[in-house]
Amino acid sequence: MNDMSQAAPTADGRKIGGVLMEMKNITLRFGGVKAITDISFDIREGEIRAIIGPNGAGKSSMLNVISGFYTPQEGEVWFRGQRRQPMKPYEVARQGIARTFQNIALFDGMTVLDNIMTGRLTMMKSGLLAQALWWGRAEAEEVAHRAQVEKIIDFLEIQAIRKTPVGRLPYGLKKRVELARALAAEPKLLLLDEPMAGMNVEEKEDMSRFILDVNDEFGTTIALIEHDMGVVMDLSDRVVVMDYGKKIGDGTPAEVRANQDVIDAYLGVAHD
Amino acid sequence: MFYREAGDFKTSYRDDGQTFPIRFDRYRYYAVLVFGFVVLPFLLNDYWTNAVFVPFLIYAIAAIGLNILVGYCGQLSLGTGGFMAVGAYACYKLTTAFPDVNIVFHILGAGIVTALVGMLFGLPSLRIKGFYLAVATLAAQFFLVWLFNRVPWFYNYSASGQISMPERTVLGIPVTGASVAPWAGYLVCLVFAVALAWMARNLTRGSVGRRWMAIRDMDIAAEIIGVNPLKAKLTAFAVSSFYVGIAGALFFSVYLGAVEVGEAFGIQKSFAVLFMIIIGGLGSIFGSFAGAAFMVVLPVMIKLVLVDTLGWPTDLGAHIQLMVVGALIIVFLIAEPHGMAQLWRLTKEKLRLWPFPH
Repeated sequence: MNDMSQAAPTADGRKIGGVLMEMKNITLRFGGVKAITDISFDIREGEIRAIIGPNGAGKSSMLNVISGFYTPQEGEVWFRGQRRQPMKPYEVARQGIARTFQNIALFDGMTVLDNIMTGRLTMMKSGLLAQALWWGRAEAEEVAHRAQVEKIIDFLEIQAIRKTPVGRLPYGLKKRVELARALAAEPKLLLLDEPMAGMNVEEKEDMSRFILDVNDEFGTTIALIEHDMGVVMDLSDRVVVMDYGKKIGDGTPAEVRANQDVIDAYLGVAHD
Repeated sequence: MFYREAGDFKTSYRDDGQTFPIRFDRYRYYAVLVFGFVVLPFLLNDYWTNAVFVPFLIYAIAAIGLNILVGYCGQLSLGTGGFMAVGAYACYKLTTAFPDVNIVFHILGAGIVTALVGMLFGLPSLRIKGFYLAVATLAAQFFLVWLFNRVPWFYNYSASGQISMPERTVLGIPVTGASVAPWAGYLVCLVFAVALAWMARNLTRGSVGRRWMAIRDMDIAAEIIGVNPLKAKLTAFAVSSFYVGIAGALFFSVYLGAVEVGEAFGIQKSFAVLFMIIIGGLGSIFGSFAGAAFMVVLPVMIKLVLVDTLGWPTDLGAHIQLMVVGALIIVFLIAEPHGMAQLWRLTKEKLRLWPFPH
């Protein structure tokens, strides 16, 4: 992990491609409150992009704009070279954007396997009647997707809990299952909302390894929000810093660390 | 023959996904099927058919239907009685309009009509949840009963306002009407119940079922992984109503023969089926059967023991039955919210280790 932080985005052999997603002059208001003010940034194909900032800076709102929960009042969202019209979250999912939540949002009544299988629902097309009769496409589809899901289960090392109901799992594993569900969708862009919140050091290291591996092996573009600065600086290629709904910094971890506005936002400014 | 997985290795995902992964379970299930189809028809007399087996199978179908909606998709409904009435009246209208078509198609047709009506009343579910949705479906219950009472076209302008089933045959054997043999009606219900239960199992283990359960467990997360909530909820309403409609059609045509809508399909029916799935187990096909069996057998048992054996008055027996059901619902809600199906599951987990639990 340490060599990553020193490396320039392309120095470790990964390919950073063109712009995958671009936010242009996004402004989001809730009534009179401006959650996001005129923010622009882009996410390039294959990179790990972090969004950081103090509490209440508008990071989660930004993620919600990307995943379609909120529609910004002003500004444009461009995804894969096309301007995105306001759409429902499930339509965004079908475009290839998956996400995890700050507070785990798994389906507690279902097993780990079923939870991860839900990640592939957008790809499962067999009709109601075929499913009811478990005939033709329905079974073949189920088996094919199961095989894909098993690869992800292997990848994230959760074989042992495959058939455990999610409600019974400890917190760290739940986070991993949630990542598995998002990965099962084979997303172009993966959004992680505080993937390491509430974890101890070992769990954080595991999760960091998985995030790097996902990026490396699947070439998945990742945008993440995280409070642990060490993790952010180590993992990400570029960082956006937000404060009070405004963008105050954007660049590589080293650039951001040297940015006076960022230091002020985090450490406070002396008033005289 | 012991109840355990040891030595029973699955080598394909297809095997791993089957309904009864444990061999002993599978054989037990086949044994029950053979007994139900081959042995029972010869043993049944009029009393046991009409008091226990036919109502059990019909209620089981209705309970599976309601369980799909409430237990799997998490949408509370109190309109079951009304939807059963839709099935009954659709079956009646179809069979009187096309007397030459086989009754089986009429019953299926009644299911389809009910599915459409159910989707219509399921539309509010996109906006309202939980108890508020229950109230909306309650409106469906009262509206539908009112409709079938007030619009003479539904009961073919008969003087009594009732509908009564003419004799219909399957393969030359009468299955409805006055001269039906006990085993014939029973077998029709059994075929429907087994086929529908099998289909429900298939639906709930595949992608359709996962969409429903995702909506049930966390609708926001379901939407973020690409589930269209409107579509998922409406398919649940449609499939659920299809089952309930078939149950209503069978209830009217095979079981009762003649129906007055307020009496047969009133709000009590909605609650009875809801109790069945609560006691039996929400989100379980087996639980639907267990709950239906329980609610059908309990009054028969109470009558047999208290009234016939101990000689207590009939009305006292009826009141005790109400009290027992009420008490049991409270007990189940507190002690085991997942119902008899969960008790069964726990028993099976214990059985796996028996007789060496350590």
